[in-house]
Amino acid sequence: MAKKLLEVRNLKTQFFTQDGIVHAVNGISYHVNEGETVAIVGESGSGKSVSVMSLIRLIPQPPGKIVDGEVWFDGQDLLQLSEDELRRIRGNRIAMIFQDPMTSLNPVLTIGRQITEALELHLGMGREESRKRAVELLELVGIPGASARLDDYPHQFSGGMRQRVMIAMGLSCNPQLLIADEPTTALDVTIQAQIVDLVERLKQELGMAIIWITHDLGVVAGMADRVLVMYAGFIVEKASVDDLYGRPLHPYTLGLLRSVPRLDLGRRKRLIPIEGLPPDLLDPPSHCPFAPRCEFAMDKCWQENPPLETVQPGHEVACWVDISEVDVYITEEETTGEEETTGTVQ
Amino acid sequence: MANPSSTANGADGKEVILHVDNLKMHFPITRGIIIQRQVGSIKAVDGVSFDLYRGETLGLVGESGCGKSTTGRAILQLYRPTDGKVVFEGQDLTTMKGSELRRMRRRMQMIFQDPYASLNPRMTVGSIIAEPLEVHNIGGNRKERQERVQELLKIVGLNPYFINRYPHEFSGGQRQRIGVARALALNPAFIVCDEPISALDVSIQAQIINLLEDLQNDLGLTYLFIAHDLSVVRHISDRIAVMYLGKIVELADRDELYENPMHPYTQALLSAVPIPDPQIEKKRQRIILEGDVPSPANPPKGCNFCTRCPRVMDICREKEPAFTDLGDGHYVACFLYDEVKPVEEATVAVA
Repeated sequence: MAKKLLEVRNLKTQFFTQDGIVHAVNGISYHVNEGETVAIVGESGSGKSVSVMSLIRLIPQPPGKIVDGEVWFDGQDLLQLSEDELRRIRGNRIAMIFQDPMTSLNPVLTIGRQITEALELHLGMGREESRKRAVELLELVGIPGASARLDDYPHQFSGGMRQRVMIAMGLSCNPQLLIADEPTTALDVTIQAQIVDLVERLKQELGMAIIWITHDLGVVAGMADRVLVMYAGFIVEKASVDDLYGRPLHPYTLGLLRSVPRLDLGRRKRLIPIEGLPPDLLDPPSHCPFAPRCEFAMDKCWQENPPLETVQPGHEVACWVDISEVDVYITEEETTGEEETTGTVQ
Repeated sequence: MANPSSTANGADGKEVILHVDNLKMHFPITRGIIIQRQVGSIKAVDGVSFDLYRGETLGLVGESGCGKSTTGRAILQLYRPTDGKVVFEGQDLTTMKGSELRRMRRRMQMIFQDPYASLNPRMTVGSIIAEPLEVHNIGGNRKERQERVQELLKIVGLNPYFINRYPHEFSGGQRQRIGVARALALNPAFIVCDEPISALDVSIQAQIINLLEDLQNDLGLTYLFIAHDLSVVRHISDRIAVMYLGKIVELADRDELYENPMHPYTQALLSAVPIPDPQIEKKRQRIILEGDVPSPANPPKGCNFCTRCPRVMDICREKEPAFTDLGDGHYVACFLYDEVKPVEEATVAVA
């Protein structure tokens, strides 16, 4: 049995704004094992970024506030630590890479300085030593001519290169947990493939655990061990990657899988969108938050919000309806039939 | 440079609505504050040729900075091209000016990428959609225009009641529908869709794609669909052109391109697209390209892709490959298929 590295219990984060309280994260619980990749999938506003920012208390306070919950990492509750104690963990044992490599590097500091800063602070390295290590790190993430580029500024790097620098910074202190918040969203597919490939390789070499946040179900399929699906601040489904794609049990997960066109499916068929919009987190409903958009909704869904329950070992879902018999993809015959009917109508 | 087709009609009787011939769009790089002199140029689009048939969707894919959006804008004359011809419904747009060009613009419209930036926040939805009608002075009086706007809102799936609301009251997907309604206001024949869904959430993207497909079926529209997401482009397009650094490197029927990609760049691009299925992902072999796209201000000698190509040969660094038809409308610009060329050309000539 793998050892738990991180355990989140009933985490709740809210933002106290002029318009009212935004219920960004509504009591989520999960764990990450050592050396494991856990993906958090959801749309913008689903609370996926806020939930991981809350782990290391990186949300702006005020207006944000972690109202409830525990975050256990290596025997201590991170939410109870003092700012000083937490600083020793952040960037050292838990590192984070952000979505936008254009804005998360300091434009007036050289690349070298930004990497050596963490090394000097956390590992107490001297100037010479930390520069040597910075070159090693840049080489590790595949930046050609690393020693020559140490004194360059961020604007002299391309988007993919900057994300590599961010990864090098994240890895500088050999973290046990790397949190990657949409690290490839701003990048082109060929560069995305480079970065995913790099992170996979580094994970095997360094044995760290990864939390990978994304809205792209494609990227997740190739690299995650387990997936958490978030909707309106709740985890609605939690499963191994094979179970989630093979037999999704939440209508939202099913909707996501059906609504994206797939490169490998030959026939042109109509996409099945999820109708409607996500709920307003300022005024969250007391019933299931997905009910207004759900094609399977029944009376009970409009009365109570379903809890996350284990349906089978390792597969949890928050839904009153059993959709396990529903096909994920409409078969080819059905689609061709549909195309023919629309053809005759016209 | 070989040309996809210079006749007014395609080989199999399809009507060519738009003929783009050797389109170039170079932006000057200048130095000096008061006395500016040109020290170079960014070759954003550097010799692009293709035909668009009436009623079809041509997908234009490529990575950021490859010139796909510039191509779209240069076709609509939003930028005046440096060189080349853009023949739309039999008339060359590049030589047109003023009112003559404006009259042509009724027939061709654009849907923009960012639904937040492309709608004026100070105008109501009604006046945003009615603006093209006013500019072109058509659509009758105030009341008739308002009826037309309400009809357009209905067509794109919005409540006609929304006519007096402002853009900030709408979500991203709804705003994009407003953008579509504005593009449709003048009954255009041809619409350039410049990444119309990339700013939207996954679950909303499918709604807009379905809307665009329905409109095409109902109104017989022709689309140039610009996007970087190859899965979406495969879904919506009839034919697909792949751009790299200002040039089209491959153009083929949708299924042909995905099943039989010939250009090494297309092959790498397709292999980089993740597929949402863990069983398939585990077995896939990726072609990981090294390095970054070169600067369009200083493209490499020879083939533009020679700096990153996994199958590069000596000739690729010397000469530029021609854009050639390898049969059945599958065009590719690559020396790998050079030996095949004379045979293919002969058969085409006989036919």
